[in-house]
Amino acid sequence: MKAAPTHAAAAEEFLKDSERSHWHDETLWHVRSKRDVSAQKIPEWEQLRTLASQIKDHVLSNLDNLLLQFEKKAQANGIEVLWAKDAEEHNEHVLRILEENQVRQLVKSKSILTEECGLNHFLEDKGYDVVDTDLGERIIQFNKQVPSHIVMPAIHLKKKEIGDIFHKHLGTEAGADDPKYLTEAARQHLRQKFIQAHAAITGVNFGIAETGGFVVCTNEGNADMGTHLADIHIACMGIEKLIPRAADLGVYLRLLARSATGQSITNYTSHFHRPRKGKKMYLILVDNGRTKQLGREDFRNSLKCIRCGACMNTCPIYRRSSGFSYNSTVPGPIGSILSPGMDLNKHSTLPFASTLCGSCSDVCPVKINIHEQLYKWRQVITKEGPPQTSKRWAMRFGGQVMSKPRLFDLMGKMARKSLSISPRGFVYNSFNAWGKHRELPEVPKETFKDWYRKNRNDDK
Amino acid sequence: MTSKESILAAIQANKPDLLPLPEQPEFPYDSNLTEQYRQSLSLNGGEAREAKSLKEVTNHLQEHFRNSQMIVSLSEKVAGNFDVNMADDPHELEHAEVAILEGEWGVAENAAIWLPEEKLHHRALPFIAQHLIVLLKKDRLLGNMHEVYARINVEGSGYGVFIAGPSKTADIEQSLVIGAHGPRSMTVFLLD
Ligand code: SF4
Repeated sequence: MKAAPTHAAAAEEFLKDSERSHWHDETLWHVRSKRDVSAQKIPEWEQLRTLASQIKDHVLSNLDNLLLQFEKKAQANGIEVLWAKDAEEHNEHVLRILEENQVRQLVKSKSILTEECGLNHFLEDKGYDVVDTDLGERIIQFNKQVPSHIVMPAIHLKKKEIGDIFHKHLGTEAGADDPKYLTEAARQHLRQKFIQAHAAITGVNFGIAETGGFVVCTNEGNADMGTHLADIHIACMGIEKLIPRAADLGVYLRLLARSATGQSITNYTSHFHRPRKGKKMYLILVDNGRTKQLGREDFRNSLKCIRCGACMNTCPIYRRSSGFSYNSTVPGPIGSILSPGMDLNKHSTLPFASTLCGSCSDVCPVKINIHEQLYKWRQVITKEGPPQTSKRWAMRFGGQVMSKPRLFDLMGKMARKSLSISPRGFVYNSFNAWGKHRELPEVPKETFKDWYRKNRNDDK
Repeated sequence: MTSKESILAAIQANKPDLLPLPEQPEFPYDSNLTEQYRQSLSLNGGEAREAKSLKEVTNHLQEHFRNSQMIVSLSEKVAGNFDVNMADDPHELEHAEVAILEGEWGVAENAAIWLPEEKLHHRALPFIAQHLIVLLKKDRLLGNMHEVYARINVEGSGYGVFIAGPSKTADIEQSLVIGAHGPRSMTVFLLD
């Protein structure tokens, strides 16, 4: 497979518009701050994270049995359960269901899994008009884009652009960009779609093994508007989304929305166990690389992800480079450990799109050791992956310097001298990947070693 | 091999040794539940009112929805003007202006109200109506989600939902807008 543009090259594009990238950075940091405030209100926050992680540890170690239990219960509840080993089979299942039930109109609520499977394009090629009903997703669908964030799909767009998109597709006034006005226009437009739809496709936040039901969380209520009006409900679920007991939801629901946006819970948390009388409910269980990831001891933990997006909001690289630069369905830190597992060649630069600062691991509600896994992927890639650009050179060079103390001292002296007299263009040039969009700290007049020697002597 | 068999076989080959499932925790919650509920709902974009009597609910309806053509009440305590039994199909609720429901449990920490299918008549009702009013007795308030899951049986109902506020979105530049697809307001009356 052809390698995608490197993360750095794609980020470059986004950074050209410095006003936008600055706004993006600040806005996501604000969401991260809201998360902190919200988490601090819960005295047992850290205990909840540990529990959430341990419950998922159990799930991953017992996934086959729990899936069987889940399937049996769901079938007894009147849900038709289908299995898909990959994206293609998942899409074929959906198509067959639509054909069998002669569905023409369908609405869809947010599902990262169906993005991963490329379901929309697949169905559009077959002549279906797939209507995404989450406001952010509808915006980017009009704009022929994919989500740039898993919780805030249109966070890369400014309201002026959304106003233009709606003017073109929904006939709103030219130049109008008031979020309230635009949301109202989308409401009217989508209400018609909900009323007309024969089938509704949703994702799944949690599947409950002991009860054979599943939970979908939204703030807009779009998953419910779709499913309760349509005759057919198709729910698409990654096999790792399972939890053992309904009571485990108490742990996850306290963590999920707080981590995502700082809300205490999403305004709608819907539990589906049986179809409406005379209607149909299907559940597709999808592997698509998940069982492989389960077998990679170092990366297995990534399957605990509940898709809250907190690691994106906190990541200094994500905030400044936006979701598109990752070129993968799930961007950001977690995407950078999931995607190489799916296609190492295509996503080989992603584990390097990190400062390894560890902020992602600190905020993750299920305690995934994200930054450690990023580091482990780097080791895998450096060993077998494609060589990569100037950063690798810089590292190799750096490695030699570090291992030779004399050379290190000399280089330090030279740098302090030369940085203080260098014109900016010399430091911030295209050969120095680290210098782009970063200001170097002020150069100290003396080294720490010199300072230490002097001060120690003074003490004597 | 079917896909199911091959997925299960791959899991068996790749899963780690069995790790224990932790016990369900109990995290006691001590706050003034009514006051905390009010604050939580307000943060979610709704409004909670303590009502001494049902008169306050009817006054509220008089004040805000006097001219509404379609008020669907599922509470025997408050009268609407549309008999939900007349709607065989949820599409007939398309023009519902107000839905009045009785909540089963409320959660102070996050304002969520548990509404099992039996309390909705049509699953679509609390979503399709333009405004939502929920009546909840104060002694049905609990502290947090652990407490509520200990009391409900989710599979007992074909469908059940926690509603914690009106329909909302912040998908345009993160500006909060209430009334995305569903209710444009949610008012909870906390009754003695
Ligand atoms: S890895 Fe953790 S922080 Fe990131 S989206 Fe998943 S659950 Fe949230």
